[in-house]
Amino acid sequence: MTPPYTGTPVHTGGDAEHGPEAGAAHSSLKGYVTGFVLSVVLTAVPFWLVMSKAFDKSSTTAVVILGFAAVQIVVHMIYFLHMNTKSEGGWSLLALIFTVMIVVIALSGSLWVMYHLNHNMMPASMHDMRNMP
Amino acid sequence: MSEVTSPVASVAPVAVRSARFYVTSEHHPENGTLLGFWLYLMSDCLVFACLFAMYGVLGRSYAAGPSGADLFELPLVAVNTSLLLLSSITYGVAMLEMQRNRLLATLAWLGITGLLGAGFVGVELHEFANLIHAGAGPQRSAFLSSFFTLVGTHGLHVSVGVVWLVTMMVQLTQKGLIPENRRRLLCLSMFWHFLDVVWIGVFTFVYLMGALP
Repeated sequence: MTPPYTGTPVHTGGDAEHGPEAGAAHSSLKGYVTGFVLSVVLTAVPFWLVMSKAFDKSSTTAVVILGFAAVQIVVHMIYFLHMNTKSEGGWSLLALIFTVMIVVIALSGSLWVMYHLNHNMMPASMHDMRNMP
Repeated sequence: MSEVTSPVASVAPVAVRSARFYVTSEHHPENGTLLGFWLYLMSDCLVFACLFAMYGVLGRSYAAGPSGADLFELPLVAVNTSLLLLSSITYGVAMLEMQRNRLLATLAWLGITGLLGAGFVGVELHEFANLIHAGAGPQRSAFLSSFFTLVGTHGLHVSVGVVWLVTMMVQLTQKGLIPENRRRLLCLSMFWHFLDVVWIGVFTFVYLMGALP
């Protein structure tokens, strides 16, 4: 009547030997090397751009190196921190998204408010000061 | 009575067994330590976000003192960046050796990682000493106060990471690759790679953009 009991399906394969790592994604040398090579390129190019003064305008260089930094942060998240939608049942990604949201608000809000505060509270030049009422 | 209960008793284990079979395929995390540590890292990320915001607001307030373009030595920063990047991949290799249950190789790669991290802290302390010696200490201007706070906080994190790493090496020699040590090494792995992520922001936002004319 009862079906043949073929071992315990609960503990399959090598589940027991990496108990605490069950939540962590499995890493491979290939992943680390890919991440490392990408990081080296994404680090070397901004340093070269700034040190060789490749662009005439500082603002162009600033935007480009910030872009490189953003890409490199994503590379580190994927290849070194093994971030994906599956790890910890998606909770670590959710926490990350929430944190990124707060970070963006804190950074852009601070810069925006303090820029306008400086702009409105300080005389822009000696010329403005002389012409003040 | 016994004739009624016996079919139930024979069916129930089958139902339980098949239920357990399907549940395991969902791959639940067995404990919350790694998720909890990740949440700590996210809150640490908020600390750094506040320090970055502070630097963004005050980073151009030189008080007629030296600016980033006058002070920063980019070759030294490049050395520091490569030290931290190299330490990230050596820690990754240590994790791979841990997965293969090789204790000595894990210890060796952790040792190399620790040396690279200590080298990073050493170079940073050397840079700070040079700045203070040149009269560009944290009390010179708002720019330098925020610079020392942001970069110093990161350096402090790396120093704590090195201390943690040495502690883990001692624990590994004492107890070997037991599950507790594996869990701790995974937490330290996240901590170490997270510090490298923060350093990307530091060298881009502080050093490279500060050195722009």
